Amino acid sequence: MSFVTVVFALLLYAAAIVLIGGLAYKVRSYFTLPVPMKVFTGPAPVTRSGAVMRVAREVVFFESLFKSNKWIWIFGALFHATLLVVLLSHLRYFTQPVWGPIVLLQPIGGLAGFGLIAGLGGLWARRLFEERTRYVSGLSDHLMLALLMGIGLSGLALRHVAHTDIVQLKAFALGLVYFDWQPLPTDLFVLVHLALVAALLIVLPFSKLLHIPGVFFSPAQNQMDDAREKRQIAEWNAAFDAKRER
Amino acid sequence: MAEKNYEIPVLEDHLPTPIIRPDALVHVQSHPAKPALQEALGFPTELVDDWEAKAVAKLGELLEKHRSLSVYLDSCVKCGACTDKCQFFLGSGDPKNMPVARQDLLRKIYRKYFTVGGKLAPEMVGAEPFTKEVLDEWYTYFHQCSQCKRCSYFCPYGIDTAEISMAAREILDHIGMGQKYTNEVILKCNEIGNNLGLGPRALVNTTEGLEEDIEEETGVAVRLPVDEKGADVLLVVPSADFFAEPHVDSLIGYAKVFHQAGISWTLSSYASEAGNFGLFVGSYEHLHGVSSRIRKAALDLGVKRIVIGECGHAWRVAYQFLNTICGPWDFLDQNYPIPQHICEFTNDLINRGALNLDPSANDDMILTYHDSCNPSRAAGMGGYPGGQFEIPRAIIRSVCNNFVDMHPDTTHAQTFCCGGGGGLLTEELMQVRIAGMKPRMQALCQVMEEKGVTHMASICAICKSQFTGVMPHYDMDPYMIVGVHQLLNNAILLGTKD
Repeated sequence: MSFVTVVFALLLYAAAIVLIGGLAYKVRSYFTLPVPMKVFTGPAPVTRSGAVMRVAREVVFFESLFKSNKWIWIFGALFHATLLVVLLSHLRYFTQPVWGPIVLLQPIGGLAGFGLIAGLGGLWARRLFEERTRYVSGLSDHLMLALLMGIGLSGLALRHVAHTDIVQLKAFALGLVYFDWQPLPTDLFVLVHLALVAALLIVLPFSKLLHIPGVFFSPAQNQMDDAREKRQIAEWNAAFDAKRER
Repeated sequence: MAEKNYEIPVLEDHLPTPIIRPDALVHVQSHPAKPALQEALGFPTELVDDWEAKAVAKLGELLEKHRSLSVYLDSCVKCGACTDKCQFFLGSGDPKNMPVARQDLLRKIYRKYFTVGGKLAPEMVGAEPFTKEVLDEWYTYFHQCSQCKRCSYFCPYGIDTAEISMAAREILDHIGMGQKYTNEVILKCNEIGNNLGLGPRALVNTTEGLEEDIEEETGVAVRLPVDEKGADVLLVVPSADFFAEPHVDSLIGYAKVFHQAGISWTLSSYASEAGNFGLFVGSYEHLHGVSSRIRKAALDLGVKRIVIGECGHAWRVAYQFLNTICGPWDFLDQNYPIPQHICEFTNDLINRGALNLDPSANDDMILTYHDSCNPSRAAGMGGYPGGQFEIPRAIIRSVCNNFVDMHPDTTHAQTFCCGGGGGLLTEELMQVRIAGMKPRMQALCQVMEEKGVTHMASICAICKSQFTGVMPHYDMDPYMIVGVHQLLNNAILLGTKD
C-alpha cells in the first residue's frame, strides 16, 4: 500500500466526514430554529403544495433568478445543470455493476464538462468585469470559483488529454466504499483532482455553499400564505400570551 | 428656514443602473433618539460602554429566535441579482445601498463572531470585528432601507434585507443607539394610542368636525363613531387619516361606504393607530405592545369584526402578525377574514351591489395606481395570491373610468417602494427619500407623458405623505396623489339606498 494511497484514502474519508457532519449540523440547526412569524415574500401560495412547488421551481428552474437577471440565470443554470450531470456520471466509479442510466449518461458527461467550465467562466467574468458584482465579491467568492474551475479543468484534462488507468482508479474508489483499499494511480492530474475535491467537501459546510440546504429553509419562499387562518407561533413568542389581561 | 440644496435625480425615459458612487449618502443620518426617549422605551440611554460585547450577544439571541436570520446570512452567494433592484441604490449610486452590500454590514460581524470561517480566516471570508466605524455604517445604512422586500422578491433564496435591517436596528436600540423618529412615534402610540399623539378629545373633535363637513356638503348625516360599544366593526386606520391631506378624504370615503352599506362600525381612541413602528425597529416587544391595543379595543367594544384602513405596513402587521400577536380570535365572527382590509370590505360590497356609485365623478382624472410595498410583498388579500394587486384595481375600475397601469416592471410584485417607508419618513433623511423615490417618479412621469395620467392612487398613508412631501422637489404637483377610498368618497351616491 503506497504512501500516496493511504494519504488520499484518509483525506477523502476525512473530507466525507466533515461534509456529512457539517451539513448534518447545519441542517439540524435550520430545522430546529424557531419560525415565530409569517415572513413570506408575497405574493405567496395559499396552499402547502403551492409553497412546495414554489421552492421546487426555484431549485429546478431558478425562477426568481430568471426574473432578476438573465445573464446570471444563463450561466448559473448552465453551471448547475452540468454539475448535476457530471456528478451523476461519476457514480460509475462507486457502483458495480454500473446502473443503466448512468452508463447512458457517460458520453453526455463528457460534454457536460465543457458546459461546466463555460458556466463557471461566465459567472467569474461577471464577478471580475461587472462593477456592482465586483464590489460585493470577496476573496472567498473568487477562491470558490477557482476551486470549482480547478476541479472542472483537471477533470476535463483527465478525460480528454491526460488519460489515467481508469480500471485502477475505479478499484480505488470502490475500495473506499467497501473498506478494501486498492492502490491509487499517482498521475498528477488524478492527485490534483482528488485533492481539490477533498478541499471542496471540507470547505462546503463553512461556506456560501450552505445555500444548498438553505434554499429549502428560506421562510420568504417556503411559507404558505395562511397567516389569517392558522396562527404561526413559536415557543418563545407564545410566552407573550401570558402578558395579556384578557 | 434655510433652503437645503438637495441633489435631485434627473428623470429620463428609462431607469439606468447607476455607476457606483461610494459614500454618496454616507452623510445623511437620522437624528439619534435622546436619552429620555430611549429610557421610556426600555432601551439604554446612550451608547453603552461594552457595546461590542452587548451587540454581539444580542445578535446571538436574535439568531436563536429567528430561523430566517441564519438562513439569510448563510445562503447569500453574492450573485449580484439584487444589486440593481433597490430604489435607494438606483436613486443615488451609493454602493452600500445595494441590498447585498447592506446585508454584508451585518453579515461581516456574523461571520467574525459566529462562524468557523470568520474565526480562522477572517480576511478571506469577509469577516470583520465590530468597530466604531462599522457601528456608524450600521446606523447610517440600516436607516436607508425602507424594508420593502423588493430585494427578497428578486433573490434566488428570497434573502430579505428587511429582516436584516430590523435585526440591526434592534441591536442598535439595545446598545443605546436608537433613531429619534421611530422611537418617538412608538412612545406616542404607547402613551396616547396613535403615532401623532392625538388624545381622545382631539380625536372626537376631529370626527365631529368631519361629520359636520360631510352633512354640509352632501346633506346626509354620515357618522364617524368613536368608542361605540356593540358596533359590528372596529375600524383601525392610520392616524394620518384623521387630518392629513389627501388621507382624510379616504377616511370620509370609509365612513360613506359604511353608511351606505348600513353596517355599524366604530373607531377606537385606545387603538387609534393602524400603523406599528415596532415593526420597523425589529422589536418584537414593541410590535406586540402596539398590536395588542387592537385586541383589547376589540374586546372592550364588543365588536364582531376588525377592519384595517389604508395603511401599508399596518396591513403587513395585520395580515402576517396579528393572528400571532393577538390571536386566537375566537371572540370574533369567524365568517369574515380576521382582520379584513378596507379594500376587501369595500370590494365585497361592490360585488354584491350594495353601493351606488357614479364613476363619472372621477372623470377629471386619468388615474394610475401605485402598489405600496408592504401590501404587495409582505401580505396578501382576498385569499388568493395576487389579490393585493387585483382588489384595489377592481375598486378603482368601478369608481373611475380612466385607469392605466405604469410599466409592468415597476408595478405589482415588482413595485418600487415610495422611498419613505420603514422609518425613513423624517425631514433629516430627505436626501435619501428623494433618491429612493426616483424609480417610482420615473415610471409615473413616463405614464404621464405617454398616457396623459393626471393622478396616482395608493392605499398607504406613508406613501401618500412621502409622495406629497417629496414631489415638489421633483417639480411635480403633490395634489396628484389620491387615496383609493377618496375615489369612493367622490363617486358614492349618498342618500340613494335605504
